[in-house]
Amino acid sequence: MSDKIPVTVLTGYLGAGKTTLLNRILSEPHGRKYAVIVNEFGEIGIDGDLVVGADEEVFEMNNGCICCTVRGDLVRIIDGLMRRKGKFDAIVVETTGLADPAPVAQTFFLDEAVGRRTKLDAVVTVADAKWLAHRLKDAPEAKNQIAFADVILVNKTDLVEAEELAEVEARIRGINPYARVHRTERCAVPLSEVLDRNAFDLDRILDIEPEFLEADHDHAQGHDHDHDAHDHHHDHGSHHHGGLRHYHDEEMQSLSVATDQPLSADKFFPWVQDLIQKEGPNILRCKGILSFKGDPERFVFQGVHMILDGDHQRPWRDDERRESRVIFIGRNLPQEKIREGFVGCAA
Amino acid sequence: VTARDEIPSVAERARIFAAGAPVVAIHFLESTAAFVLGEEALLLVTKDGAQRRVPVHGGAILSSASDGNRVITGGDDGKVIVTAADVTSAAIAADAKRRWIDHVAVAPNGTIAWSAGKQAFVLTSKGGAEALEVPSTVGGLAFAPKGMRLAVAHYNGATLWFPNAETKPEQLEWKGSHLAIAFSPDGRFLVTAMHEPVLHGWRLADRQDMRMQGYAVRVRSIDWTADGKWLATSGAAHLVLWPFQGKSGPMGKEAQLFASTEDNVETVACHPRQPIIAVGYANGLLLLVRIPDGAEILAKRSAAAPITALLWSPDGTALAFGTEDGEAGILSDLG
Repeated sequence: MSDKIPVTVLTGYLGAGKTTLLNRILSEPHGRKYAVIVNEFGEIGIDGDLVVGADEEVFEMNNGCICCTVRGDLVRIIDGLMRRKGKFDAIVVETTGLADPAPVAQTFFLDEAVGRRTKLDAVVTVADAKWLAHRLKDAPEAKNQIAFADVILVNKTDLVEAEELAEVEARIRGINPYARVHRTERCAVPLSEVLDRNAFDLDRILDIEPEFLEADHDHAQGHDHDHDAHDHHHDHGSHHHGGLRHYHDEEMQSLSVATDQPLSADKFFPWVQDLIQKEGPNILRCKGILSFKGDPERFVFQGVHMILDGDHQRPWRDDERRESRVIFIGRNLPQEKIREGFVGCAA
Repeated sequence: VTARDEIPSVAERARIFAAGAPVVAIHFLESTAAFVLGEEALLLVTKDGAQRRVPVHGGAILSSASDGNRVITGGDDGKVIVTAADVTSAAIAADAKRRWIDHVAVAPNGTIAWSAGKQAFVLTSKGGAEALEVPSTVGGLAFAPKGMRLAVAHYNGATLWFPNAETKPEQLEWKGSHLAIAFSPDGRFLVTAMHEPVLHGWRLADRQDMRMQGYAVRVRSIDWTADGKWLATSGAAHLVLWPFQGKSGPMGKEAQLFASTEDNVETVACHPRQPIIAVGYANGLLLLVRIPDGAEILAKRSAAAPITALLWSPDGTALAFGTEDGEAGILSDLG
């Protein structure tokens, strides 16, 4: 429904520049009014009327699933904010530097009252160009925030050399090749790149190619960025594809599998359900575009840990390659098992 | 069948007002209905229809309660405001950090409680406040029938606190997030609506747990019948009544279900004397349902907006309702 209030989640490790971005969102003349949910209420100057302090209370759901967590404070605050409906057009949730974005995102899918009135727009992560590489080594939260993101601002680029910047971007890509990455100084990015992304909207799952391949059209290997090269080492090393330095993160990886074979819905759904039952805690994000045998429509899905949301999107066009593709971003994923399982769903 | 075209109707006895904001709660100060709006004000409507808007908060009104003489409200401006029937309002507390006042409660003896974040407060006779900190943000507050004891709902259970005594607060444990909370009229049971679509309860004598489930959505509205025999709740596409007649409450018994429609019940209100329950639905339908036969009377036809607030006048002759899109109404001559 179009009258749902969009919610942008702003993450990033301490000092990366979240507040700078937040103040830009609030102060630029875009004609929209934002309600802001912040975690360090009163400690940092935020301009704006509707600013609410949050407590980051992560609640487990009583459904026996350890990764089905929601932010209890968000449920309460959004209920309160909706009493002032009409006073704001969108909500921005700023998390602490140590927060896991998953419970925030899951709140919009697991809480019926929140989901009925608001929709998650995107997870935007601000990364410090100088310090991110270090944080990826010593702070699991920083890695989660990169892996989870739809949009990443590599901020404070003025404080690093070109080589260092290329390296930090390569490390980001090693974890999450699907997010849109922007290089920024003082978070200066057109706000349209941060807001109204519809990243969780099934209607907008158009393209799930790795983002950097789009920007790098002469990349020879095209669709092959799924880490299945035979020379794959989990060794913190880097290798070069067409001049692009490529890091593998030992713990957090992305996986993309595609097939031109039409899939069997009767095979795919039990397979994906079983996969997220077993691997859900390790799968941070997943997305897919599927072509089922005998089905004239594209089926799309997206998920967060063990929550999957899927639907028919639109008819396949005649000029379109009917490829099925799934991507997973997660921790220590059993890549071969997923790959074989997916290909085994062919009709 | 949602339309309910064939059943007796009292819908024509309604007087409808534009409240100007979503109606989030209703209280009666004798025969005057106090509609609590989502923002800023109360709308007081006297028996003869005279309206008066009373500004009380500088933003959203998050919580309200009444002892029949005063309406207590908590706002996102960090204030607790008391409004008397003579339309005078006064702040009795202002949070030092301007935190939201998420919940308020008032005991039959007039004792006022409120919460901000993890802290519950009770106003003392000297005008100060006793504070209790619980492990997580307070989900709901309820005074025991005698007003000496306050129940505080939170994550993983509830805390029972005697604000005027030195005794250590008692913990009732049950995993999960507990929100709305209410004692049974005889004080034997404590019930919470959880974040999940389920109710939890404790028999206080022996702390036996009770789990009441089968709901479609989170239960937001719970109310005991005047005789204390039934607990009426929202949360499903019918009125759900849990039997509390016996020693063990609803344990081992089935809920009675009445007035099925295609839409979920949003809010319920029990008649102050008779076994009649007003039931407001998400589609705007309002029905009066009689126990035990489930006979229905139409009180308002379905419309776009959910019925978000509902209350009988203390004498049971009037029923006030409010909707999410700012419609307020009073049905009178229901005696």
